[in-house]
Amino acid sequence: MAAISREEVAHLARLSRLAVTEEELDTFAGQLDVILQSVAQVGEVTAADIPPTSHSVPLTNVLREDVVVPGLTPQEALSGAPDVAEQRFRVPRILDEDVAS
Amino acid sequence: MTDLTRMTATDLAGLVAAGETSAVEVTRAHLDRIAAVDDRVHAFLHVDTEGALAAARAVDERRAAGEELGPLAGVPVAVKDVLTTKGVPTTVGSKILEGWRPPYDATIVQRLRAAGTVMLGKTNMDEFAMGSSTEYSAYGPTHNPWDTDRIPGGSGGGSAAALAAYEAPLAIGSDTGGSIRQPGAVTGTVGAKPTYGGTSRYGLVAFSSSLDTPGPCARTVLDAALLHQVIGGHDPRDSTSIPQPVPDVVAAARQGATGDLTGVKLGIVKEFTGEGAEPGVMAAFRDAVDTLAKLGAEIVEVSCPHFRYALPAYYLIAPSECSSNLARFDGVRFGLRVGDDGNRSLEEVMSLTREAGFGAEVKRRIMVGTYALSSGYYDAYYGQAQKVRTLITRDFTTAFEQVDALISPTTPFVAFPIGARTADPYQMYLADLFTIPTNLYGGPGISVPCGLSEGLPVGLQVMAPTMADDRMYRVAAALESVVGTFTPPAL
Repeated sequence: MAAISREEVAHLARLSRLAVTEEELDTFAGQLDVILQSVAQVGEVTAADIPPTSHSVPLTNVLREDVVVPGLTPQEALSGAPDVAEQRFRVPRILDEDVAS
Repeated sequence: MTDLTRMTATDLAGLVAAGETSAVEVTRAHLDRIAAVDDRVHAFLHVDTEGALAAARAVDERRAAGEELGPLAGVPVAVKDVLTTKGVPTTVGSKILEGWRPPYDATIVQRLRAAGTVMLGKTNMDEFAMGSSTEYSAYGPTHNPWDTDRIPGGSGGGSAAALAAYEAPLAIGSDTGGSIRQPGAVTGTVGAKPTYGGTSRYGLVAFSSSLDTPGPCARTVLDAALLHQVIGGHDPRDSTSIPQPVPDVVAAARQGATGDLTGVKLGIVKEFTGEGAEPGVMAAFRDAVDTLAKLGAEIVEVSCPHFRYALPAYYLIAPSECSSNLARFDGVRFGLRVGDDGNRSLEEVMSLTREAGFGAEVKRRIMVGTYALSSGYYDAYYGQAQKVRTLITRDFTTAFEQVDALISPTTPFVAFPIGARTADPYQMYLADLFTIPTNLYGGPGISVPCGLSEGLPVGLQVMAPTMADDRMYRVAAALESVVGTFTPPAL
């Protein structure tokens, strides 16, 4: 039995913000099925009482002294942006027009 | 006249410091070599001729002014295109960042500049460091200098190939599941993954933040150690950076070069049976084990029962982290934007941008990660993988109670032909079988050439406890003192 259907891959693509083509869906469905069936082997390990590891080093909040240090200028920060307006990142429409009006 | 491109970084720095050659001469020799061979190798995505010559001139001026130079001053270095370089294009092998010139340097790049090394340019890589062959670069594959029809490993195939083709004496890589060590092994060069947190991730374009580790690549163990020393150490701008000094890897490499391993106990992992590995690779590994024993090392077998689950755990953890990290490529702040016609919504533009900008392997990993993190599957996939990570860490801890370091082949197979493993993505993943456990544990690992199989290089991997990076350099240098370095056929 397949671990994942074509419809589920389409759903994942939407969640992932990938406008995949129909052709890609066919390819990815088969490939993701192989990958997911293989990685599912982790389920063979008895680990109910084992704590999870997210990082190999102990994570503690690291704070620096509250002193002013040089940062990027607005021009530098915006230098790689696809679209800029009034010293800001310009983005496409976020709200539907009827909501925005 | 001596060919400057054939020399070690150690010797080049010595000649520059003594005034027997100049940093500009050394740099020009490498730029000429790149111009002569890189159309066949394609190790570089960008060659920064002017920047390199300017950096070299600055070193020569400092020397003329009587300033003391660092141990690698005037030595050229090739930098994997995963690190940000101020004003110099940084693509991560992806179309989504084509043409991007970062406004800042990664910490490692800053340290390279401060040490007087000369950055030649940026090297090719699998897109976002996801791959084991450099075939997933959006800019075309890199070719292995040993056989240009074969892969140079990945993701850092460009850095390893630049070394093997004598285009650079030093290079920087990044290792999330083997991306420094595996390319080192299949190109006959040295690649070291430092302890996680031992080298800064500031300015390293993130793939899997709990695993990503930048590190040194070179043609000799001592050169790798010198580079490790220059780039390593605490960085307050990386919250997972370890606030301790770098272990003395240079002294360890020099100690190892004496060829004496008396009192060193090395473990062979019982579960790495050689299943799935080429016989020629296993034969070269066994010869290396015999050599290490002759040098005085005690060899024992240790059991790491959960290592067989490292590959599946890794291919859940890394894609999960990548699906989160790569959300920043939204077509707003940097890089590509597609479909912004004034009518489409932000979400539509974002989806079209990511569809156009990412390659197939990156998309697969983002979707696998999204799946593993989704509410219905989280416990069975990502959560379970994190528990397996704990058990793999315990395997290492137990092993290091018995031995000083572990040894294995670096990769299951020698460089394979370009195109041989792209049809089935999971076949590509198997290249990292021996390297992945170390990433999950967070310890250091090094690949050092140990022999040839069918005329192609085989690497030996040495794995050490966290913050005991010096141990692996000692063992690797000892092996190198017997087997020597490996030179590919003329290009």
